[in-house]
This record gives sequence, structure tokens and C-alpha cells, in this order.
Amino acid sequence: MFKRLNALLALLVLASLVLAACGSPTTPTQATATMAPATEAPATEAPDTEPAAFECTDAIGCVDIAPDEPIHIAYALVVSGPNESLGVDSRNAIEIAIDDIGGQILGHDVRFDGEDEGCSAEGGQAAATKLAADPTIVAVVGTNCSSAARVAIPLIDQAGFVMVSSSNTAPDLTEPGSDNNFVPAYARVAHNDNLQGRVAAEYVYNELKLTKAATIHDGSLYADQLQQVFAARFQELGGTITAQEAVSPDQTDMSSVLSSIAAGTPEIVYFPIFMPAGAFIIRQAKQTPGLETAVLMGADGLYSPDLIEGAGEDVEGFLVSSPAAGADVEAEYAEKHQAKFGGPPPSTFHLHAYDSFMIIKNAIEEVAVQDADGTLHIGRQALRDAVHNTENHDGLTGVLTCNETVEPVKYPGDCAAAGIGVWEYHFGEFGPPANPELIWTP
Amino acid sequence: MLRTWRQRITLTDIVVWAIGVAIGAVIIIGTIATLRSGKYSANTWLDLTVKGLALGGVYALIAMGYTLVYGILRMINFAHSEVFMSGPFTAVFLANALSRSGFMDRQPLIGMLLVLALSIAVSMTIAVLLERIAYRPLRHAPRLVPLITAIGASFFLQYVFRGLYGSGFQAYAIPKVLQGSITIGGLRIFNTQIAVILGALGMMFALYAIVQWTKTGKAMRAVSEDKEAAALMGIDVDRIISLTFALGGISAGAAGILYALLFPVVNFIMGFIPGLKAFTAAVLGGIGNVPGAFLGAMILGLIESIGPNLFLDGLGVPTPSQLKDAIAFTILVFILIFRPTGILGERMAQSKA
Repeated sequence: MFKRLNALLALLVLASLVLAACGSPTTPTQATATMAPATEAPATEAPDTEPAAFECTDAIGCVDIAPDEPIHIAYALVVSGPNESLGVDSRNAIEIAIDDIGGQILGHDVRFDGEDEGCSAEGGQAAATKLAADPTIVAVVGTNCSSAARVAIPLIDQAGFVMVSSSNTAPDLTEPGSDNNFVPAYARVAHNDNLQGRVAAEYVYNELKLTKAATIHDGSLYADQLQQVFAARFQELGGTITAQEAVSPDQTDMSSVLSSIAAGTPEIVYFPIFMPAGAFIIRQAKQTPGLETAVLMGADGLYSPDLIEGAGEDVEGFLVSSPAAGADVEAEYAEKHQAKFGGPPPSTFHLHAYDSFMIIKNAIEEVAVQDADGTLHIGRQALRDAVHNTENHDGLTGVLTCNETVEPVKYPGDCAAAGIGVWEYHFGEFGPPANPELIWTP
Repeated sequence: MLRTWRQRITLTDIVVWAIGVAIGAVIIIGTIATLRSGKYSANTWLDLTVKGLALGGVYALIAMGYTLVYGILRMINFAHSEVFMSGPFTAVFLANALSRSGFMDRQPLIGMLLVLALSIAVSMTIAVLLERIAYRPLRHAPRLVPLITAIGASFFLQYVFRGLYGSGFQAYAIPKVLQGSITIGGLRIFNTQIAVILGALGMMFALYAIVQWTKTGKAMRAVSEDKEAAALMGIDVDRIISLTFALGGISAGAAGILYALLFPVVNFIMGFIPGLKAFTAAVLGGIGNVPGAFLGAMILGLIESIGPNLFLDGLGVPTPSQLKDAIAFTILVFILIFRPTGILGERMAQSKA
């Protein structure tokens, strides 16, 4: 009996120790991240610096960077798993951008590292939680996937950082009045899917002259909202939507969903999803009675070398909508990528990632206050505002302005300038702009 | 009589039966509604049936690995899904090399046999090593220990293969002979489906024959009945257990190639879902029972293929095929409520009791 009591006691003591250990580090960091910098941070810096010490008046605090310390810019990109080509491509682009500015901002080295966001809500949460615990971070480039962004942005917002995404496209991230809208803590260089879905629908209806479409999404924020925009615009133009189906991202056997879609005899199946489900649909659609000749179309999530590998010969003629930058800009970038990493850029959105970083860099240069000894002070709210008010930034994807409204495809927080084009895949080596080939721009 | 019944039935029984009846009712009402709506033609159903049978055949071969090992060691080898992945994920490089060099088109039979042999060899090696390194030292440990080890081994193998071949996708080039299809009365059947169904049936029969009609099979059955007694009769128990794992690995390696014919994109996590499904199939048929695994797998394959459209479409459920896994597992619950030992599980339960 006593033995048991002792054991119980020991367990309780152990549990309290563990709880205490977990509890202690988080409370102070949260305090410093949210409140402390505004009042205390300058005070602690004061003794060592010049008499005319910098006083932080920023609403959510400042980051102080000593003369020999780097400016820390983090990423939250999908750098592993089935969609890693997207994240690695973006990360490469930022590294190229850092090289292009000589590795320094205002005389400070740039420290660039980050976390994997896994292209999922769970991954976004894990990445943002880790980043939020590091008060040296000035700004974040990310995320790649909208599902990850939805949970990451509130955490990034709380931590006082500003996040610029290269490839989030879900409309509700910048939609006025949406619960997921955290602008100006957030901005994105990627187009809003209100644009991409509309362009796809207009291409199908006006150019291909098809009137019966079916859509498939995979339950992700990106795919679901994109197919809704597509369906709404397609019906507005006069087309019919025969089915709006869904699969799960790790599903391999698509026969039941494709049979169900085939029953409505659509002329085009639009599935703005990811690998590998996208490749399975392409292959199995060709084997489903009634869909052998239907046009298949995806979106920028399927713009990846993996798709040709995965779909094999059936990829011939597969269409995707994806950003279409100038061919010369793309070629120049591809050369830099070839020189630094060997091989062509593995995905799309690298130009967007490059621009995301440059917007942050310009904003830092605009708001940073530099002491005589080289110490930098960056007001966090000021930085957000500077990013948000970026105007006529001459980026690789076009001239970017982040604070303007163009109904219904651009809201404050949407910096995008580039148009969307329709690309066609051929069976062979991945190597844009020949494969996939840009066949149409609005 | 009535009194004894009343005493024996508990509240749990009533709840469980109510759930069972509810599931049954949904299935029947949904089926009738779908068939009356006439949305799908007979050809669509036949097409889905063929696909379901092909899928079931693959599940059956994977399920063999679970059921053989369970029959002998009373443990569930959760790393079997990685045994299944290792074969086709390795053989894809050979298959693509053969197809690029043109060999596969000139000698499709030899080429395919080479690919199959490599896949089987890799899966078998992994399975035997797994038993030797991870499970044998724990044979007399409490039951939970090998189970946890199996889960650990599963992750270990996944990430070893990720490290070996990368996390990207590799696609199988389907040989030209298998690319076509034949049409019977308006129903289009693909050569790959025929190959998968025939291949799975052949393999299943061979495995059944080994277990049932050879001396080794007899020894396996003896070890499964009583290890100590079998050892006293002069059977090398360690060798028989290794052989069992080898057989499981062989069927998994073959299943991997058949699976790759149906879904020709492989990567390091490809084993997880089919492994889970095959395990479900083994439980459905009565784990430890060879024909049971086959029956369970065929039923599961058919339900997955036909179920979403047949059961839920008529009820007006939106996007039913997203629920196909839910349907498959609900059917498992449904069957286990009425037959807790699985469809063919009784014979085993008696003989082991």
C-alpha cells in the first residue's frame, strides 16, 4: 500500500517538474515578443550605447540588431515531402536574391534559415510556433501552401513579425472582413485565386468553347476555394457544372469519383489539386468510360516536374493555369539558378519568392534607424506598414503595389501584378517555357 | 428460455446491435435509392467491379503477410507495409532502365519477370532481416513489446528508403504489351487489370498450396498450433518462422509490382495506406486464416470501389468518394459486430482454443 502511495507521489512530483519545465521558457518569450520590447528593450540596451539612445516608440516593439549581428529573415516553406519542389524552388530564389544584393542589408549580413511547413495545417502550425519563439526574426517569407498559411498567420501576427508569401493564393487570406485576414501582418506576391479561377473559367468557356465542366478538390483550402471561383465564373458565363467532387490528398484509387463524374458527361474536368493525387486522376481518367476524351485541367499546384514523372504519357495535353511572367525575365533567372544550383528551377513561383524577399528588404531599408555605431533598430509595426504600403515596386513578376483594390481579384495585401496564363504539358523533359508550353494569356 | 436471454443481453449488446442495424439500414436504403435513380449504367457498375477485384487481389497478397505471421507468432507485423513498399520502390529503377533501353518492348516477358524477381527478392530480404533483427530477440517478451518494435521498424524502414531513393515520386513505365484493353460486350477491361487479377489469383493459389500441401507447410501449421510440441517433434522452429516471413515478403513483393501496374507512381510512403487496408482485409476475413484473407481482401476491394457510389450517392451525400475509406472501415465494424472473429475466423478460433 505504502509502496503504491510512494509511487503515486513520485509520479506527481515528476509531473509537476515536467510541467514547470515546459511552462517556464514559454512565458518569458511570449512576454518579450508581445509587450516587452515597447518598454523594456531599449532600457536594457541603453547602458552600452551612446547617450542619445534610440527610444522605441513602435506600437508592437522593435528589433535591435547590434553592429556585428545579422538581420534574421526566416522562411516557412514546404521543403520536404511530396510538394518539396515548390518550397525548395522558393528557397533557392531567396538565396539568389540574397546573392544579388551582396548578402547584406544596411551593412548587416542576412541570416536566412527557417522551418518546413509541410503544405498542411499541422505543418504550418509547427513551423510558425517555432519561428514565433525566436525574437531575433525580423520578417518571414512564407508560406507556400494556403492551408499552412491559415494557421501560421495568426501565430506570426502575435509574434510581431511580418510575413510575405510567395505562393499563397486562397482568396480569404486577404478578403476584407474574412476571419483569416491578418493584413498588414501579411502580404503576398502570388495572385489571388479569384483571378486564377476566373482566368481558367474564361479560357475554358471562351477559348475552348466548352460548356459542361466538373470539378474535383482535395479538401485543402487552396483547391476548394479555387474550384468554387472557377465554378461560379463558369456558370456566370453560361456554362453548366455537372459535379463538384472531392478526393483525399493521399488517395490512389480514383475510380469511384471518376465514374460518378463521368455520369454527368462533362467536357472538361478541372482539378486544381496537388501531386500525387493529380497524377492518379490524369492516368485513371483516361481509363474511365465517358472521360477518355474529356479535357483535363489543373492549376499552379500541378506545375511541377513530378507531374510528368507521375502521369507518364497521359500527361500529353494536360492544361494548367499558372503565372506567366515575361520569357526574358524567366530565362535570366533560369541562368542564375543553373549557375548556383545546377539544373532548371524545379517549380513555379520562384520569381514571386524573389520579389517577396525584395519587398521585405526594401521595407527594412525604409524603416530601420541606424545608430552611429551601426546598431539597427527596426520597428515591427513600422515594418508591417512599409511592406503594406509598397508601391510600384519593380519586381521580376511585374510592378507590384500591395495596398490597392481591384474588385474582385485584388485586395489590400495582394501585391500581385503578373497575369495568369494557360500552359500545356507534353510528354518529355520538364523545361519551361517549352514544356509546359505557354499557350494562352488573357 | 426468455429469462436466460434477458440475463445474457447487456446494454452494450443492445447498443452494438443498434449500430449494426443502423449501418445495415443505411446501406440498404442507399443502394435502393441509387439503383432507382438510374444515374449509372450497368457498364459503369461492371467497370467498378473489375477495378475492385483488381484492387482486392493486391490487398489479398499483402494481407497474406499479416495473416501468416499472425498465425504463427500471434503478433501483428505493422512493418509489413514497408516490406511491401521496399520491393516496387527498388524495382522501379530496373523497370525504367529496361524500358529506356528498349529491352522491355522486345522481351516483355523476360523483362517483367526480372522486375518481379527483383521486387520479390528485396521484399523477402527485408522481411527476413526484420524478423531476425527486430523480432527474434523479443520472441519471449510481453506481446506489446514486438508490436511497438514493429511500429518503430516501420518508421525506420520508411526513412531508410527515403534516404536511399529520395522523397520524390518514381513512375513505372508500363510495358507496351500491357497498355491496351479488350472490350467484352461494351465493357472495356484493361490488360493491366487482367494481369493483376490473374497474377494475384496465381500467387494466392501457390501460397495456399505451399501452406496446405507441402512438408514445409505442414511444419508451419504445426508451429502455429504449438511451438514447443513442434520443436519436440524435430521441427526447427526458428527456420520455419524465418520461412513464414520470407513467404510474406514474397507475396508483398509480388503485390507491390501488381499494385504498381494499377497505380504506377511509387514513393517511400506508398505502403502505409495499402498496408492498413490489407490488415483490415485480414481482420475482416479472420486473421490467421489464408482463404479468409483472400475473401476479406476481395470484399474490401469491391466495397471500396463500388461502395461510395452505391451506398451514398442515392442518399444525396455530397462527394461520396471522399468517404470511401470511412465506408470500408464502417463495413469492417458492421461485420465484426455480427462476426467478431471475422468471416472465416471461426475455424481458427476453435482449433486454437
